[in-house]
Order: sequence, then structure tokens, then C-alpha cells
Amino acid sequence: MASSDVARQPDKGVRPLSLAGHVGFDSLPDQLVNKSIYQGFCFNILCIGETGIGKSTLMDTLFNTNFENFESSHFEPQVKLRAQTYDLQESNVRLRLTVVNTVGFGDQMNKQESYQPVVDYIDRQFESYLQEELKIKRSLHNYHDSRVHACLYFISPSGHSLKSLDLVTMKKLDSKVNIIPVIAKADTISKSELHKFKIKIMSELVSNGVQIYQFPLDDETVAKVNTTMNGHLPFAVVGSTEEVCVGNKMVKARQYPWGVVQVENENHCDFVKLREMLICVNMEDLREQTHTRHYELYRRCKLEEMGFKDTDPECKPVSLQQTYEAKRQEFLVELQRREDEMRQMFVQRVKEKEAELKEAERELQSRFEQLKRLHADEKATLEEKKRLLDEDQSSFSKRRAAAQLLQAQSLTANGKKDKDRKNSGFM
Amino acid sequence: MSEAVVPDNMMSPAVGGLYGEKAGGPVVDFSYVGIDAILEQMRRKAMKQGFELNIMVVGQSGLGKSTLMNTLFKSKVSRKSVLATGQEKIPKTIEIKSISHDIEEKGVRMKLTVIDTPGFGDQINNENCWQPIMKFINDQYEAYLQEEININRKKRIPDSRVHCCIYFIPPTGHSLRPLDVEFMRRLSKVVNIVPVIAKADTLTLEERDFFKKKIREDLRANGIDVYPQKEFDEDTEDRMINEKIREMIPFAVVGSDQEYQVNGRRLLGRKTKWGTIEVENIAHCEFAYLRDLLIRTHMQNIKDITSSIHYEMYRVRRLNENNTVVAHANGIPEHHLAAHEM
Repeated sequence: MASSDVARQPDKGVRPLSLAGHVGFDSLPDQLVNKSIYQGFCFNILCIGETGIGKSTLMDTLFNTNFENFESSHFEPQVKLRAQTYDLQESNVRLRLTVVNTVGFGDQMNKQESYQPVVDYIDRQFESYLQEELKIKRSLHNYHDSRVHACLYFISPSGHSLKSLDLVTMKKLDSKVNIIPVIAKADTISKSELHKFKIKIMSELVSNGVQIYQFPLDDETVAKVNTTMNGHLPFAVVGSTEEVCVGNKMVKARQYPWGVVQVENENHCDFVKLREMLICVNMEDLREQTHTRHYELYRRCKLEEMGFKDTDPECKPVSLQQTYEAKRQEFLVELQRREDEMRQMFVQRVKEKEAELKEAERELQSRFEQLKRLHADEKATLEEKKRLLDEDQSSFSKRRAAAQLLQAQSLTANGKKDKDRKNSGFM
Repeated sequence: MSEAVVPDNMMSPAVGGLYGEKAGGPVVDFSYVGIDAILEQMRRKAMKQGFELNIMVVGQSGLGKSTLMNTLFKSKVSRKSVLATGQEKIPKTIEIKSISHDIEEKGVRMKLTVIDTPGFGDQINNENCWQPIMKFINDQYEAYLQEEININRKKRIPDSRVHCCIYFIPPTGHSLRPLDVEFMRRLSKVVNIVPVIAKADTLTLEERDFFKKKIREDLRANGIDVYPQKEFDEDTEDRMINEKIREMIPFAVVGSDQEYQVNGRRLLGRKTKWGTIEVENIAHCEFAYLRDLLIRTHMQNIKDITSSIHYEMYRVRRLNENNTVVAHANGIPEHHLAAHEM
């Protein structure tokens, strides 16, 4: 891609001039670098690979630190992404490194949607940068850039070819991020198999139209080394944070009964090449590609989707402002409509509730009436019973009185009879 | 729908320095990762892309603006050198002319644009003489903004914004004139102004110091913030350096593009009957300070302030208003606007 540096092709009216002495602006790159040191750098790496393939170990080995990792299970229902940010410092350079790992990639039974969370994550970062850039009051130089600069895609060391999941995922990501494929756990493949494997992978990528990141060749100082490295893609890496004693040095290695795989030995694996390419030589280019190619593409698509155009149907330049105004009007109208809708709904709900309450009240009232009636009925019944009882009582007492009278009469009658008998006996 | 799981402790403190901060143990070779190689990468990228610098010179005619530019950049960068010299008439109105050059030094390429303003302060009635200049500056901001909000935009937006405006104060020795005050007051809000005392070889050292003090007082009294602005100092170290500079502005400069033999060396200077004034000798004039400030130490800072502060302010203003009010930013007084709006 033609870089638009200024003096390559002479612009109209820009004449080259030679200086008669030392002016001093050769210190400009230094001034720029000093400013960058002051501000600090940030770099974001996304690691995609199946669970247990060695993503976290490789990150640890690459940056020589122990990031907080924990093993994930193989039973995640969906692919998730875990992002962690670290502040690293080396001599006077401060780096804010964000490592994003996929969790549960390749574990599901149905992997059709596995790539989606990754694509969504990348888009989200672009979106938040775009939002910041479109703000009226913005602070771009203070903004923590979270856009993914490099994507390490971990290929399982099957030795045969790429899996269809790999192809599908990489195809979806190649226009959004710089993809650097790596062959993980490379110590399980022999040298000859590795060579064939690499060729197979690269040809499959080419035949499927997957655009992986090519190390840039336009700068003479690094063109040579980048060309060589481009020929070694994908890098076969081994990661290890354990140290083993080899000879009289402690090196990072993996110890097997049959030998020791040294991580930093170029004969054993391509780890050193990866570190060199990713960090020492091309980190700035990765950031630049992300900003000028992937982000611009995203921005263009997003703005076109939102309805912004550079020129309207009559090919007159449409100012962003007009579009903004139009959109704003639309938005306000929409808001108004929603507000009316809500208000209506509210009124309706209130009515319903009122009706409900009235209904309940009525019901309550009727029940009250009913109870009252019941109560009155019971009372009447009870009164009736009482009356009957009273009647009984009074009739009973009358009969008792009558009985008593009768008894008393019969007593006196008997007495008289006795007396008469007695008296008649004498004569 | 799954989402990225972002833990709350996103910022764990420096996870062990990469140089020898591992627990116990001397610095070992293999702990070097190579992160600091990014400085070299940045430098390479900057050298490849080249730099751009746009300087505007403002002052009455005859104050030595073109000569100073030529002296600063040790080559014929100014308009006068490019066109037929000495044949020019003073223009009837203020014109804005810009000339660009590609210069290179030790592999660093720069596109230098010198913007000249012939006719400034030369009319009889100089009211509103700042308007065309302000309009020009705002037009550059506008062009940049338009390019930036395009959907299909260039990889590197051409930067024509005025980074620095050098204002030439005639060496009267008394104080600032109303024209100076008015101009600087308005323009210090949109661009970095570096005031210099022109033709300083007409002032003795005492007169010069007095003049400078008076100018500084005038600037302070009128609330004019010239470069380096106090409010943009980043940290104490910055402030210290900038305070020293602020105590010296405005620089008293002498320009010359001719070399003379002085003490066995060939130096840039002005030869007079009573002696030779060496331009780069700080005992004679303060040209060297100006050059160091503008080019050797603060050039990047000047550009940064232009892009992140002045340009952003313009952008905020522009995006907040509708088209009829844009004219206001160019210094047209309020009542004209009201008439137009009606």
C-alpha cells in the first residue's frame, strides 16, 4: 500500500531545498519518541485457541511474567472472552498490555456460533473508539486504546491440516484484525512433519482466501528479516515457564524423559522468531495497521450503515452536519412518539387498575351485605328459638304450678277424708 | 449471547519489572523481552513518514521577517527569496501567501511551509487587520476537520494547520502598540504565538531589557497567553523549563543570511562600521534561543498543542454551532452578524 509520505512524489509548489548549515530539526524524531515515552504505550493481544492448547503459557513465556491464570473447564456452554490488563515496564518504556483469551473455544458440541463472541468483542472495541472519536469534547490522546492489535490463532498440532472451525473463524476475522497463526505445542510434531504441516496450512489459507498478517516489507532496515520470517509462517511454538538446567545455564524448557525441549533454542521451536516479530520488530506496525486499515474499514462501514454519506445522490458533498441535523430530527421525533406511546400506555394501565379496584370494592361490598344478611338471619332464628324456649318455660312453670295446686288440693282432700273416717268410726 | 468477561481489577500494578526485579537474583539475560524496541520502531516510522511544520510570520513590512526565516532554516525559504526581490510594492490589503519547501537533515525529512502576511499593519487604517489572518487559520482548521469527518478519509490527513505564529514587534523601546495588543490578544486564543523583537540590534542591552519587561507587563495586563502557555505545562519539570523561557520572551532577534569572517571563523552576521553583529552569539542577540525553542526542543510540543488543544477547541465550537455563527469565530463583531441573520 503506497504510503503517503510527503516527499516521495514532489507536490505541486513544494520545492526541495538544501540547507546551508545545521538547523537542528533532526532532533524531531527524538522529541517525538520522548513524548511517546512520557505517554506510555499500549498493546492488545487476542489469543484464540481451544481450551488447554497453551495460550496462557505462551503469553507468560512471551512476556516473562506470570499473568494471573487459571485453568478453565471444558464444559463452558458458550465461548466467552476474558480480558486482563497489565502494566509492564522495561528500561524506560511503559507498556499497558491487555491479553484477551477465549474461554471454551472449540469445546461445544455445536461450534457454528463459536466465532461470534470474538467478532463481537473486536467490534465492541472499535465501536468505543469510534464513539470517542465522534464525541464533541473528546480526549483522544488520553484514551486507553483497547482495540485488538494482534490476534494469535493457535492451531492444534494434528500434523494434517486446518480444522474447519479454524478456517471459518479466521475467515471471519481476517478483515477485522491482524491474524498471526501459530502452531501450538509444537514439540509433538517431528521436524519433517512440521515442514509438511506448515506448507499444508499456508496453502489452505491461501486457497480459502484468508488474509493473514504479513510482516511489512517497505522499510529497508527490516525488509530482509521480515521476508525471511514471512516464509516461516505459521510459527511453531512451545511455551514454558519452568526452568531446566541445561549445561550450566537455567533455560526455559520442557523436560521429558527423552530429552529437554528448550523454548529459546531456534532449532527446537520458533518461539524466538515469534517474539522477535511480534514485539521487537513489528509492534508499531501492528498498531498502525489496526488503526489505518481495520479501524478505518469498520468506521466506514458503520458510518455508511448509520446513513452518513460523503456525497448525496446529486454528488454534492453532504456535510456531516446536515446529516447530523436530519438524524437528530428523526431521533427527536422518535423520542416524542415513544413518549406519547408510553403516556398512553400509562393512562390505560391506570384505567385498568382503577377498574380492578372498583370491582374489588364492589365485591367486598356485596360480601359485606351478604354477611350482614346472614347475621340477621341467624339472629332471627336465635330469637325464635329463645321465644320458643321462653314459651316452654312459662308453660312448664304453669303446669308445675297447676300440678302443685292439684297436689295441695289432693292432700287436703285426703286429710279431710281421713278425718271423716276417723270421726265416723266413733259413733 | 456471551460477552467478554472483564474483571474489576483490570489494572494490576506493574507485574514485576522485566529487568531484574524478579525475586532475589541478579539480572539474567533471558528476562529481556524486547518491549523497548518499540522506540526504535517508532523512530523508523517517523523518519519514513517525514514531518510537517507550518509557520506563519506576522509583522509590518521591513521588520526582517523573511530574513529571519532564512536564518532560522539556513536556506532561502521565504517568499521574498523565491520571487523577484526588491520589486515588490506594499499590497493594498493584507494578503496571505504560503510557500512550501522540502528540507532534509540527517535523514529527517520535513515539509516546511512559511506563511507570509504582507500588508499587515501597513495601511493607514488598520482596524480589523487580524481578520484575514484569523480567517486563514480557521480555514486550515476547517479543512482538517472536513477531511477528518469524511467517511473515506486519507491514511494521513495533510496537516496545513498553522502550528506557530511569529509576531514581530518593532523595536520602539517603549511598549506594545495598540495594534500589537489587539492582534496578539485575539490570535493567542487560536494559535501559538511567539512574539519576537525584530531588528534588535538597534537597542542597547539596557534598552532591550527594559523593553522586554514592559512588553511582558503589557502582555500580562491584557491577559495574552503566548507560547509556552502556562496552563499547558504538563509536569513540574516542564514548568521549570518553560518558566525559564517565559522569563526571556520576547526574544530579541537579529536575522542575517550573509556570512562574514569573524576571528577566523565564518559566521552569519551583520557587518556595520562599528562592528559585526553575530547572529548566533547569545551575547549579541537571542536568535539562538529562538531557534532552540522553535526547532530543537519544542517543535513537537508546539505541534501537539496545536492539534490537541487549539484544533480541538475549534472543533468543539464548530460542531456545537450552526453555519451562520461560524463567521463570529473569524473576529467579525457581533452587530454585523445580527444584521446578516435578520
